[in-house]
Amino acid sequence: MQHENNGLTRRQFIKVSAGTVGTLALTTTLLNKALGRARADSSQPDTGSANGKARAWCMVIDLKKCEGCVTIDSPPQCTQACINGHFVPKGQQWIQVFEAEQPGGGKTFMPTPCYQCENAPCVNVCPVAATYHSKDGVVLVDHRRCIGCRMCMAACPYQRRFFNWGTPELPANAAFAEYSPFYPVPAVKGTVIKCMFCAHLLEDGKLPLCVMGCPMKALYMGDRNENIASNGVEVVELSRLLGENDAFQYKEDLGTQPRVFYLPGHGQNFGREASDHRPLKEPVWGWGGEGFEKRPDIFTKDVHNFQHQPGILGEASQK
Amino acid sequence: MRTRGAPEAYHERLERTVLAPLKKTSNGYYAFVLLLLAVFGWGLYAYITQLRHGLLVTGMRDQVFWGLYLVNFVFFIGISHAGTLISAILRVTNAGWRTPVTRMAELITVVAISIGALMPIIDLGRPERVWHIIVFGRFQSPLMWDIISITSYLTGSLIYLYLPLIPDFAILRDRLDRAASPLKRRIYSLLSVGWANTPEQRHKLERSIGTMAVTIIPIAISVHTVVSFVFSMTLRPGWDSTVFGIYFVIGAIFSGIASILIVMAIFRKIYHLEEYITERHFRNLGNLMLVMLLLYTYLTFGEYLTVGYKMEIVEKNLLYLLMFGEQAPLFWLFVVAGLIVPLILILFKIGSVIPRMLVSAVLINVAMWIKRFVIVIPSIQVPLMPFEFGSYTPSWVEWSVTAGAFAAFMLIFAVFAKLIPLISIWEVAEEHELEASHAAMPLSSAQEVRR
Repeated sequence: MQHENNGLTRRQFIKVSAGTVGTLALTTTLLNKALGRARADSSQPDTGSANGKARAWCMVIDLKKCEGCVTIDSPPQCTQACINGHFVPKGQQWIQVFEAEQPGGGKTFMPTPCYQCENAPCVNVCPVAATYHSKDGVVLVDHRRCIGCRMCMAACPYQRRFFNWGTPELPANAAFAEYSPFYPVPAVKGTVIKCMFCAHLLEDGKLPLCVMGCPMKALYMGDRNENIASNGVEVVELSRLLGENDAFQYKEDLGTQPRVFYLPGHGQNFGREASDHRPLKEPVWGWGGEGFEKRPDIFTKDVHNFQHQPGILGEASQK
Repeated sequence: MRTRGAPEAYHERLERTVLAPLKKTSNGYYAFVLLLLAVFGWGLYAYITQLRHGLLVTGMRDQVFWGLYLVNFVFFIGISHAGTLISAILRVTNAGWRTPVTRMAELITVVAISIGALMPIIDLGRPERVWHIIVFGRFQSPLMWDIISITSYLTGSLIYLYLPLIPDFAILRDRLDRAASPLKRRIYSLLSVGWANTPEQRHKLERSIGTMAVTIIPIAISVHTVVSFVFSMTLRPGWDSTVFGIYFVIGAIFSGIASILIVMAIFRKIYHLEEYITERHFRNLGNLMLVMLLLYTYLTFGEYLTVGYKMEIVEKNLLYLLMFGEQAPLFWLFVVAGLIVPLILILFKIGSVIPRMLVSAVLINVAMWIKRFVIVIPSIQVPLMPFEFGSYTPSWVEWSVTAGAFAAFMLIFAVFAKLIPLISIWEVAEEHELEASHAAMPLSSAQEVRR
C-alpha cells in the first residue's frame, strides 16, 4: 500500500478496543460495588420491620357494614381520617369510596385503599426500584428515589396511585414530619404517592387510620401469618371471617393477588337498603390545600396569598 | 432519461451540485433558521416554566397521567425508522436506486431518535434524578428496555451515518476552497481519517457498512417493539395487546417512509437535486409506503375487530370513546387522512408523481401523529374503577414544548445541510459507473456485476 494506514492497524484497533472495554468493565464493577454497598446501607431501614416478626398484612372490608357514611350524613370517615392523618394533598384520596352499581339496580359503597398486591404490576414496571414490597408485604414508594415517570400509574389496574403534579399545599405542621417511605409526609413534588397501609403505625402495633376512623367498624386489619384480624373493637380469626362471609378480591382474575378482601354487602347492618340513593359526601381538606389544584402564580396571582380558613372541617370543599 | 456525458463531467457536476449548499448560504436560509430558533426558544421557555412549577402546568392529571410528550416520543422514534429501512434494508437487498436518498434517511434517523429520546425525560416529574436510572436501574422495567434499546440504536445509527460519510469528508477536505476557515478544513480532515480511496480502504469500508447494515436492522425493530411494550406491559384497554410490537414497528416504518419523502422533496427543490432524486425514487418509495399502509390498515382492523367482537366492558368503553365518543373526530381523521386518502393518491395515477407522493406523505405524518395520540390518551381515559372517564386538554406548555421539539428537529437538519453533503457523493458516483457499465454489457453479465 502506498498510503500509510494513518497510525491505526487492525491489531492496534483491537488492542485499543479491548483496552477500552476492559477499563469500562472494571470501572463499572468498582462503581457498582461502591454503589451497591451504599444502596444496601440506605435500603436497610426502609424494608424491615422493627420487631423482626414476619407479618403478612391484609385488610378486610365488610361491605355489610359500609354505608358510605351516608346514614350519619358525613364524608366517608375512612377517607377523612386518612387525609387528616397523612396531610394527603388535595385531590388525592388514598382510600377512596366508590359507588358501585348493583346488577339489580341499587348501589353499594366500596372503600378502596391500595390493594398492596402480592404480584404488584406497579412494582414490576418501576425502572428505579422506587416502589417495592416491604418485608411485611406492603407496597411502599421511596419518594427520594422516584423519578416521576408514572409507569406505575399506567400499570396499576385499580388506579390507586396519585401524582404530585405540583408542590402540594400542606398545613404547617406537615413540614415537621420526618419523612420515610412508611410515612410519606410531606409529599414530594413530581413523585408518585399512594396508600401504604399506615406502615408507620403497623410498625408500632397500631391500626391504620382508616380502620380507626371507620365509625361502623367495617374495616379490619389482619395478619395472615398469625391468622388474626381486628377492626379496633374485636379481634377475630382471619380465615373464619373470610370463609364465613364469602370474601372476594376485586378483579381477582387479573392475578395481581390483592391483599384487600371484601365481604359482600351494601351496608345492611346499619339499615341501608341497596336502593338508597343518598350520595356520598366529598371529603374535606381542613387546611384548604388549594395550592394543589390551583394553577401556580404565573396563571393566578393569589396562590401565595392564600389565607387559611380556620375551622373549615365539615365545610364542603370548593372546586 | 438521464444525460450521460463523460464520467468526469458527471462526477464534476455531481460534486458541484451536492457541495453547493455547503459553500454558499442564502438569506432565506438564515431567515428560516432564525424562525426555527425563535420557536425553539419559545419551547425552551415553556419547558423552563414546567421545571419551575412542576408538571402542574401541563394538562395531565391523575387519571390521564401521560400526554403529548409520550405521543411525541412514539412519533419521533417512529420516524427514526426511516434511516434503517432505506439504507439498511435496501442496502442488504442490493437495491441500487437507494443511493441518493440514504444520507437523508440516515440523518432523519439520528435526529429523530435524539429528539424522541428527550421526550420521556421532559415528561419526568423529577428530571434532575434521571441518573437514578443508571444507578438504580432495574432490567425488569419496560422503560429500562427502552433506554437500552434506544441508546444502542442511537449509537448504531451514528456509526452508520458516519461510515459512508468518510469518503465524502475526504472530498470535502480536498475540495473546499482556501477561503474556507482552517478550522473547518481541519475538522473535515480529522473526520476523513486519512481516506485516500485505496482499494483496501474501500473494501474495508464496504465491509463495515455491510456489517452495520445487518446489525442495525434487529436493533431498529427492537426499538419500536420495546416502545410499544411500555404500553402493552400494562393491564389497560387498548394497550393490553399482543400485536403491539409489530403494530408499532409497521407504524414506525410507515411514518418513516413518509418522512423521507417529505425531506427528499424539500431538499430536491431548494438544492436543485433533480438529476439525482428523480421521479423513480418517489415512485419506489411510494410503493413501499403503500405496502406499509396496507399492512398498517390490516393490523388496525385486526386489533379493533378482535376486541370489538368480544366487547369486554373496558374495551367497549374504549371503542365507544374512539369511534363515537370524544375522540371519534381524531380517530376518523386518522382513518381518512392517514389511510384512505393516501391509498387513493398512491393507487390512482392522476397528475404527476411527486406532488401526489408529497401530499400523501404529509397527510400520513399528520395522521400518524394523531394515531399515536389516540393510542396513548383514550386508553387511560377509560376508567378502571367505578368512576367517570378522564379528560385531557394539553396546556400551552405542552403545545409549546411540542412545537419546540419539531423546530429543533428541523433546525438540526438545517445545520447538517450546511455541514455534510446531503447526497452520498461517492456512492452515487459508484452507482452511476455501475449503471454505465450495465448499459454497455449484455444483461447476464450486467447482473453479475451488480452482485
